[in-house]
Amino acid sequence: MKEIVVLSGKGGTGKTSITAGFAALGAKHLVLADCDVDAADMHLLTAPQIQREEDFYSGKTGKVITEGCVHCFKCMDVCHFDAVLHQEGEFVIDPMECEGCSYCYHVCPTHTIKMLPRLAGKFYVSKTRFNNTLVHARLGIAADNSGKLVTKVREEAKKIAEAEQLDYVLVDASPGIGCPVVASLTGADYVVMVTEPTVSGLHDLSRVYEMIEKLHLKSGCIINKADLNKKITLKISDFLKSKNVETLCEIPYNIRFTEAISQGKTIVEYDDGPLKDKIISSWEKVKTIVSK
Amino acid sequence: MQIAIASGKGGTGKTTLAVNLAVLLSEKFAGTGQKVLLTDMDVEEPNSGLFLQGELLSEEIKYRLVPEWKEDKCTLCKRCANICEYNALAFLGISVMIFPELCHSCYACSDLCPEDALPMVKHRMGVTKRFLLNDNLEFMESRIDIGVEQATPLIEQTRKFIKENYDKTWFTILDAPPGTSCPVMEAVKDADLVVLITEPTPFGFHDLKLAIDTMKELRKKIAVVINKYGIGNDDVLNYCLEKGIPVIGKIPHLVEAAKLYSKGKTMVGELPEIRNEIEHVYSRICQLTKEKA
Repeated sequence: MKEIVVLSGKGGTGKTSITAGFAALGAKHLVLADCDVDAADMHLLTAPQIQREEDFYSGKTGKVITEGCVHCFKCMDVCHFDAVLHQEGEFVIDPMECEGCSYCYHVCPTHTIKMLPRLAGKFYVSKTRFNNTLVHARLGIAADNSGKLVTKVREEAKKIAEAEQLDYVLVDASPGIGCPVVASLTGADYVVMVTEPTVSGLHDLSRVYEMIEKLHLKSGCIINKADLNKKITLKISDFLKSKNVETLCEIPYNIRFTEAISQGKTIVEYDDGPLKDKIISSWEKVKTIVSK
Repeated sequence: MQIAIASGKGGTGKTTLAVNLAVLLSEKFAGTGQKVLLTDMDVEEPNSGLFLQGELLSEEIKYRLVPEWKEDKCTLCKRCANICEYNALAFLGISVMIFPELCHSCYACSDLCPEDALPMVKHRMGVTKRFLLNDNLEFMESRIDIGVEQATPLIEQTRKFIKENYDKTWFTILDAPPGTSCPVMEAVKDADLVVLITEPTPFGFHDLKLAIDTMKELRKKIAVVINKYGIGNDDVLNYCLEKGIPVIGKIPHLVEAAKLYSKGKTMVGELPEIRNEIEHVYSRICQLTKEKA
């Protein structure tokens, strides 16, 4: 089983559209993992039927049990997150600010603070209309710990792929270079970077690539909307060449991507021309590379 | 006044709106004494600076504090490793290993160590730069170093820096990070109004609803701007009307705008349709921030 991660430093480059295209092509040979848990959109194109749903707990959150409190203010003094408030003569821990470090719990002389497991979100195992399994999640509103939820989604996807002896786990990662992205990437077999020829696209690609290099991962790149700015497309190609990264394909700017999304379809279902061919040839290249 | 430009989905036009609004206001306020500050809070992938040129005012390396193990003081009591909720300290039998990227800087291990063997020391997160673009426009950006996983502490420091150094007379515009979790929540904490920018597609619509829920949880006053107006459908518009969320701008979908963006150029000087819409956004911001929450 090989794990392929699709990511882009910058948002809105077409990462999810391309991943969904791969998912439609790979159909029952893969498990799909939507690791963009902040703003998960894969389900909008794959119409999943939820088969299993679980609450996801991660870390802790403090709660003051008022009875027994001697009002020593120690909890408030030690908290570095300003999460302990004193309201109407009682101590209250603000769940939005609490990082679950348990410092207050350790210093409370009367043990009137309890640390409880924190509900971070939900994760789902579903069957898509392509008959593959989609593991996805929903981060709790204003919740923390997206990196841990990402790890959970990936682990679950891998478990299923191994149990069903499937060839691939296909991961849609979140934008950026922070903890959810690192959690999506670590240990992957291959990374598909999706970029666009804009100053931001190039800037973000170079940061994402630096991170991939640090993690010693193999990668290739798709330049989406390639005709939007040919000069920058050339710069991106040069950058990739200098790093020995294969350009999997260049896709022209095309409103059909948006039209496909609006109809809840992947581009390989909606388009019957060159766009579809490009996604197919990229997917074939990725499969060849990871099978080596 | 502080306005944050945020969005659930990435690539919907946060930077475009933030930069163009800042440039427009700087022109508009010329000679009035009113000053504008634009800050890029997307510390993972800061892009606003690509659209602006100015004189560097300051450059500062940013740190947060993490524990450092002092072998000579440690009695290997293991208390630190037992206390840490983030597995940031590993007890290895004859030593303690620290993983700064897992540490949340809570100080518990350091303060509760009976031997003072874990003093808090500086750990580099990234760099904050400030630029003067013209007499009434300043730009600030913070960026995390590659390999630094936690974006939120640098966002928090940047937010506090603004609070301490730019009073309420500044018109402050924040270019927030994408998503709905900790980085964006930290970025918008001091904002008087959060402008959520979206695109009229099913992805944009879905992620907008998540962003609205997050901002409601934070009890923030919100408004919506629809970018690339003309593509997709009217679901976003109808939803906002139904929920009573003000739609304060519809920025038309123009290929010329995408081309200017690709080159790192601002649009308010080149495309009147976009300038007019951003003028409109500004007047609605003024209206909304005068109203009581």
